[in-house]
Amino acid sequence: MAMTEQRVSYTLDSSLETIDNAEEKATRVATELGFPDDEIMQISMAVREGAVNAVLHGNAYAPDKKVTLVFERSGDDLIITIRDQGRGMDLSKIPNPLAPENLLKTSGRGIFLMRSFMDVVEIRPTESGTELKLIKHVHGPTAGGKEASQ
Amino acid sequence: MSMKVGSRQVDGVVIVDCSGRITLGEGSVILRDTVRDLLSKGNKKIVLNLQDVNYIDSSGIGELVSAFTTTKNQGGELKLLNLTKKVNDLLQITKLYTVFDVKDDEASAVKSFK
Repeated sequence: MAMTEQRVSYTLDSSLETIDNAEEKATRVATELGFPDDEIMQISMAVREGAVNAVLHGNAYAPDKKVTLVFERSGDDLIITIRDQGRGMDLSKIPNPLAPENLLKTSGRGIFLMRSFMDVVEIRPTESGTELKLIKHVHGPTAGGKEASQ
Repeated sequence: MSMKVGSRQVDGVVIVDCSGRITLGEGSVILRDTVRDLLSKGNKKIVLNLQDVNYIDSSGIGELVSAFTTTKNQGGELKLLNLTKKVNDLLQITKLYTVFDVKDDEASAVKSFK
């Protein structure tokens, strides 16, 4: 996504390649928007975890179901939306991964990591699946790319 | 960069040198197969050297936990060595730093086994 563009959307297959692809796109967008290295890593990891949820838990690798990935720059925010066409998830059934009884569980940390890395994480059901919205506020004087491109 | 592993013996301890990414898919599978293979051959003292692991996602974290518990359940010990800052930060925020025995030099890691 060029910095002058405000929105870009991708429709992706329900595959492992999509997860790597989504992460790479997030890294590129965050870099172009001038986020510092640590926040680029946080954004790309949050998008990776969101893509994992969409491909595995949402669409369950179904070849006829797609994942939609949207990057938007709105004011001081980078807004990333990931939609799947799966059955949705019950957030109340996701245990707290930091609880002592859950520390040794081998799964259940994806949403926690997203919430740790992003300023806003919203998950809501849609008519055709689940929509995940990730928002990162653009901090610092180089955000927006003007200074970074000089 | 996909994950690569190589193992070597030091004073009865197996050091598994990992590099690349431990993520959903190939990276996690390689780690799982490596640890299971070592255990099946009777190796109960295992150190995962993560010095060259530059990225771990939640699946990779889960695989580290699985390796730890699988080894423990078979009467062994699995420790982590040389965490990068990224991996160290991830283990801190997930509170797993308190679960794993984390070492920062190989000699003390080897000596720390009973």
